[in-house]
Amino acid sequence: MKRTDTSNPDYFHKVVDCQWGCPAHTDVPEYIRLIAQGRFDDAYIVNRESNVFPGILGRVCDRPCEPACRRGRMDEKPVAICRLKRVAADHRGDITDRLPAAPNERNGKKIALIGAGPASLTVANDLLPLGYECTIYEAQAVAGGLMRFNIPSFRLPIQVLNEEIDYILDMGAEIHYEHRIESMKELLGQGFDAIFVGTGAPRGKELKLPGRYDSENISIGIDWLESVAFEHIDSIGENVLIIGVGNTAMDCCRTSLRLGAKNVKVMARKPREFFKASVWELEDAEEENVEIVVNHSPKEFVIEKGKLKGMNFELMEYTIENGRILDQEVTGEIFIPCDDVILAIGQENAFPWIERDLGIEFNPWEEPMVDEVTYESKRKGVFFGGDSAFGPKNIIWAVEHAHQAAISIHRHCQGEPLTDRLPDLLNLNSRKMGMHEWSYSNTFDPAARRKMMHVPLDIRFDELGREVELGFDAEQTAKEVERCLNCDIQTVFFDSLCIECDACLDICPTQCLTITSNGDQDDLVKRLKAPVQEYDQPLFVSDELKQTSRVMVKDENFCIHCGLCAERCPTAAWDMQKSLLKFPKAADYDGGNIPGEKPCQQSKAV
Amino acid sequence: MTYVRPKIELPGQKLNEIGLALRDYEGSLSTLCAGCGHDSITAALVQALWEMSIAPEQLIKMSGIGCSSKTPAYFVHGAHGFNSVHGRMPSVATGALAGNRDLIGIGVSGDGDSLSIGFGQFGHVIRRNVNMLYLIENNGVYGLTKGQFSASADAGSTSKKGQVNQMQNINAVATAISMGASFVGRSFSGDREQLVPLIKSAIAHPGCAVVDVISPCVTFNDHVGSTKSYSYIRDHKLRATETDYIPARSEIKASYYAGDTHPVRLHDGSSILLRKVDPDYDPTRRNNALGFLERHRSRGEIVTGLLYIDQNVPEMHSQSRTVTTPLKDMKFEQLNPGSEELNKLQQGMK
Repeated sequence: MKRTDTSNPDYFHKVVDCQWGCPAHTDVPEYIRLIAQGRFDDAYIVNRESNVFPGILGRVCDRPCEPACRRGRMDEKPVAICRLKRVAADHRGDITDRLPAAPNERNGKKIALIGAGPASLTVANDLLPLGYECTIYEAQAVAGGLMRFNIPSFRLPIQVLNEEIDYILDMGAEIHYEHRIESMKELLGQGFDAIFVGTGAPRGKELKLPGRYDSENISIGIDWLESVAFEHIDSIGENVLIIGVGNTAMDCCRTSLRLGAKNVKVMARKPREFFKASVWELEDAEEENVEIVVNHSPKEFVIEKGKLKGMNFELMEYTIENGRILDQEVTGEIFIPCDDVILAIGQENAFPWIERDLGIEFNPWEEPMVDEVTYESKRKGVFFGGDSAFGPKNIIWAVEHAHQAAISIHRHCQGEPLTDRLPDLLNLNSRKMGMHEWSYSNTFDPAARRKMMHVPLDIRFDELGREVELGFDAEQTAKEVERCLNCDIQTVFFDSLCIECDACLDICPTQCLTITSNGDQDDLVKRLKAPVQEYDQPLFVSDELKQTSRVMVKDENFCIHCGLCAERCPTAAWDMQKSLLKFPKAADYDGGNIPGEKPCQQSKAV
Repeated sequence: MTYVRPKIELPGQKLNEIGLALRDYEGSLSTLCAGCGHDSITAALVQALWEMSIAPEQLIKMSGIGCSSKTPAYFVHGAHGFNSVHGRMPSVATGALAGNRDLIGIGVSGDGDSLSIGFGQFGHVIRRNVNMLYLIENNGVYGLTKGQFSASADAGSTSKKGQVNQMQNINAVATAISMGASFVGRSFSGDREQLVPLIKSAIAHPGCAVVDVISPCVTFNDHVGSTKSYSYIRDHKLRATETDYIPARSEIKASYYAGDTHPVRLHDGSSILLRKVDPDYDPTRRNNALGFLERHRSRGEIVTGLLYIDQNVPEMHSQSRTVTTPLKDMKFEQLNPGSEELNKLQQGMK
């Protein structure tokens, strides 16, 4: 094999599993170290640069980083990344002077942002400091979009939400509340230089079964949650069935309990392994005695004299092989009584307000055709982001879409080509301090993941807005930060310095290093000290070493970044270097890095 | 030492026949210099002992004084051990293995410990053919006292500061063969593929198996004028034989017979497979082995591999016709039958 190209930022980026897994590429290990040092403000700012809403996401993020976490591959649970993010947000001081600010002199370009959800707010966050005039149109009387209407306040307190939204609005965004855009054509005529559509996926999917429209006690999940958020609904029957088992279903069942329901069942068509809801949301619901019923497929609503009595379900049986359903069979039928039904089987984006003759093209499923890099629609100057672009995802994806869309809008307004984008940058810097001393906590801590404490069940349902999760205390935080393996402190190899003494191979506690004769990948992996377990984890292969022409191979999968290879290396051929990855934002395009600029790697005199 | 090597239970970890993982054969973290050849040898020992599924309590590790003699602390922490006086490891080993013949003995020594202060002991443990692995970690310098030439330093090689060694060296393997050793091998700390099977064969061999491992001193003897540096050894080593150890009960695969391969069957049913890389070489004949060594030494080549073997030389216990039961398993009355029995014995000798 040829030497692995470690100057490509993707190589070291991929080693930082959490950062690679995060759509917005939050520098997780960096902010965890800052939390460990008690530097909550700094940790918050590191977060905010990439994900914009640390306080909100520290509670309700979908956490794609956690399943990716290296710690989870070691027969353990991942680092509680999301909980630590909340620690940084909860304990920060006044950081308003460190937020980006809009210049006094605007650049004269006007941007319309439709919908005041996470996507539009992030675009405003990126463009206001560059002098753009951002006008947000919001159909409701408050900003936040899905974050406010669909996520119940016992998971995301209103004041946390308001604070982070206000950071952006206070930069000088002009916001029109209760101003629903009814016609794109009309908006296009108002002289905006660009329009960003961040209207989310506001339409809940229907379940068209017999009896669906014969009772008022059957609701669509996201509409129902919205009515609860606006206090139009404040009660529900004693027995509630939730249809569907995604995260919205979890919010619906737990909200029902707070509105007076005594007996809530979540009805799932498939077995547990096929659930869409995050594991922790399922656990939280079950802790509140919500019953999750599997293998029940809804058949009809049972209505007597105009009153909902319950639902009939078909009992299902599945043939499952390797996590895939090969066959299914109906084995019976069952009636389950209830007073209310909430449908939470998914949602979709909908654009009845965009005329179809404007050049904004839609595919046969009525989804807008949006470029996956530039987020531009088929009409120049009209951009989409968040759930409105590619259907329902989550907040962190919306933020990343918006960062990219903001770059495109900036390029568009400056008359530059949208596809001409800056490369990601990588900077590596040694963390060696002296003998046996590294400027990071490199000792492996075998501690187990700390458990989040919850408000006791007997007082939990007293009021709708009582936040269930208490957040980590000081002791939990101190333990949890040490669980992070510092994957961003990279093992950097300088081939020409190696004398092949095997010291690194022998000291490595996970046997991830091998020196062996070169060959193609299939041949090489057979000769590794520890068998490859994850084929999608990167493999580092050095140049041929000068004494024996063999190569140094590192399987990144189980590296715990303890630095012992560098510690035991007599010639410093291994070094521990912090990878600082830079993902350009709109602001970097003004006198920032030039496209094609080489990434910087700390070199060594040989 | 401000760092620790964490013990991590990884999924997919392999276990040997007695259910132990490789890491169960490790000892304390080495305090030798980073990059020391001795640490590589330790790792090879760990690998060999794990692969042979030797129970830690079955093993005794002994050493004298020197960098090399710290090694027993770094492998199989569950084994017995004795760190003795400088150059006196052979006496301690003889005593230990005389007392408990069921133990598997490993003596780790260095060029100073065996070829200088302990040279006399070295010769006699070979003659007595004590059943043990006698491993010499040979780096050509006295590392603990800052790198003076040792008895194994080649004439003409230089110290780190540039002085030239004037004295002739003591060749550990040639000395051992001429002393009548039953098993002599040489290897290089940086060649684990060769070293691990050689160690396994040496442990299985019923008698004193001397293995001289050239082990570069990364701090004092890894420079241009050295003949024991990583690069010098790699450039000058010559594999005379390739060795494989086949435990009892396992089949010898047909492929092992390819080329000039000889199985040497040991009394316990296991075999050492020897493949001669050089057709001129016969490791079962002493004069041939010594001649071969000398020929290549004069060309500046370092011959490695299993260099001499004779599994029929009687080892200490059969020489002395001792009981087959280890002394520790015998009753006190048997070991010490009392003054009356002694008197009877003495009367019989009159």
